[in-house]
Amino acid sequence: MHDPGHRGAVSFLAMPAIVVEGLERAFDKVLAVQGIDIVVEEGEIYGFLGPNGAGKTTTVRMLTTLLLPTGGRAAVAGHDIVKEARAVRASIGVALQEAALDPLMTGRELIRLQATLQGIPTAEGRRRADSLLERVDLSAAADRRVGGYSGGMKRRLDLAAALVHEPRVLFLDEPTTGLDPVSRKTIWEEVRALNEGGTTVFLTTQYLEEADQLADNVGIIDSGRIVAEGTPESLKAELGNPHIQLQLAQGSIAEAESILAPIGKLLPTKDGSRVLLEVENGAADIPRVVRALDEAGIGVEALELVKPTLDDVFVEKTGYHLEDEIEEKAEQEPVGA
Amino acid sequence: MSSWARNARVVRALGMRSVRQTFRRPQLIAPIIVFPTILLAIQTGGASGALELPGFPPVQSFLQFMLAGAMVQSLMLAGNSGGIALAVDIEMGFTDRLFSAPIPRFTIVLGRLAGTAALGLFASFWFLAIGLLFGAEIESGIAGALLAIFLVTAAAMAVGGIGAAIALRTGSASVVQGLFPLVLVVLFLSSAFFPQDLMIEPAKTIARYNPLSLIVEGIREPMISGIEVGDTLYALLAILGIVVLGLILSDRALRHRLRVG
Repeated sequence: MHDPGHRGAVSFLAMPAIVVEGLERAFDKVLAVQGIDIVVEEGEIYGFLGPNGAGKTTTVRMLTTLLLPTGGRAAVAGHDIVKEARAVRASIGVALQEAALDPLMTGRELIRLQATLQGIPTAEGRRRADSLLERVDLSAAADRRVGGYSGGMKRRLDLAAALVHEPRVLFLDEPTTGLDPVSRKTIWEEVRALNEGGTTVFLTTQYLEEADQLADNVGIIDSGRIVAEGTPESLKAELGNPHIQLQLAQGSIAEAESILAPIGKLLPTKDGSRVLLEVENGAADIPRVVRALDEAGIGVEALELVKPTLDDVFVEKTGYHLEDEIEEKAEQEPVGA
Repeated sequence: MSSWARNARVVRALGMRSVRQTFRRPQLIAPIIVFPTILLAIQTGGASGALELPGFPPVQSFLQFMLAGAMVQSLMLAGNSGGIALAVDIEMGFTDRLFSAPIPRFTIVLGRLAGTAALGLFASFWFLAIGLLFGAEIESGIAGALLAIFLVTAAAMAVGGIGAAIALRTGSASVVQGLFPLVLVVLFLSSAFFPQDLMIEPAKTIARYNPLSLIVEGIREPMISGIEVGDTLYALLAILGIVVLGLILSDRALRHRLRVG
């Protein structure tokens, strides 16, 4: 199990935004979440990464009081998720995966309903609804039914609804899955702006770039266990060396790999169309690589020095690429933008 | 604001959403208003000869007799539609939005029931209006009409509790929708469309013990003769029984849903 010690002792008294201790959830005999520990400090963006079925959504559902844990404990905004569930719900905003919106409601109706659910007086709820709709650029569509919104509009509306009571902690479960790059960037900007305003954000995502761009700290969950945790930079630094990525103009990949093997460590590729070579000295090793291939008569079409990314961290910790998971999921369940 | 007032506000808001949802989704409103109206028209037009049968209760017109049946059919289908709508909410994750709000979770069920009750209220006005428009008289006058409206509204809420319980337990709109034929069977095995005394066995015995018959008679009597305290009390007891059963089952189903996710 992951040792949380490097981020300080877990203590309910210290009152970070989120404290998780040995949290477990079993479904029949299957342990979906296996005693995880997480600490998210106030004002932090915590990126929670993992493949499908790793336990991300189960964890979020427990932290948002939608599902009871079967072991361990957790506190959100200083409140126990089991014993003080309603106080937790008053302190959090939740934008769940697949944007849980009623297609028959208008955007304005939805935010006003959300304000009522949060106990905000009618007049104030109306004022906040107008203000939030403007903030997420949905004023013009506010009186249209949500069923006619695009994927990006739905996510923005979902985000606005989650903010109506100005929550201390915001849970975003895959907020940009299936969105086009422009809509994704809009959501990122909004998340950054919220965080700058002091909101703690617990962000689950399958997009490594998203976590890299937004998160102060990242936790990687696999098979219900936290397998890595830290800042994106520290996790990447743990991997050490950069690698050279080669696209060959001529010659076989196998031949190139046998020539380059003495220079560095060959890395597996997803499709076998490139050569990935981990090198100790970074750019300084490039001339050696080019020379070795040239002497063997193997032409290089493209060469790039790649520093470790979160994807590399993910591969190192879990043994596979997260992007493969996303592609597989997209093939099974296409999501319109 | 007191917590009671706050919860009442939430129930009202969820009830209003439920009503809007029904009127905006034709497949939900059709069974509540359109189908019972068509059936009422067909039966009144084609089966009014039943009035000549020996033992048929003395009524001013066959339409006057059938109004209570149409209202009960409507409220039964309103309860079923409410269950379908709740199951759709569960399927699309909308209930997660509600469950993650700082409200007592049972207000979510009560909000749905408030919406179903409002639909029952609407249906009672609709069928009374149709009856009056086509010449049916309400023998006990305004008091009888108000009593019928109250019983239809309360019964709609009661039946809605059963629909909500099934929706919460299964989380499947198709399962709740699959109960539609069962609703009709229960309806036809009551005195909704035919006098109990003229039925043959075993339908007669089943109808006698079918709580729906008690509700039908409670609604029908003020229309065809006058307010009978006994019939009204039996109707209220039947409604109360269904309310209690619906609330207990809904509460259990809700707890189960929150436990298993």
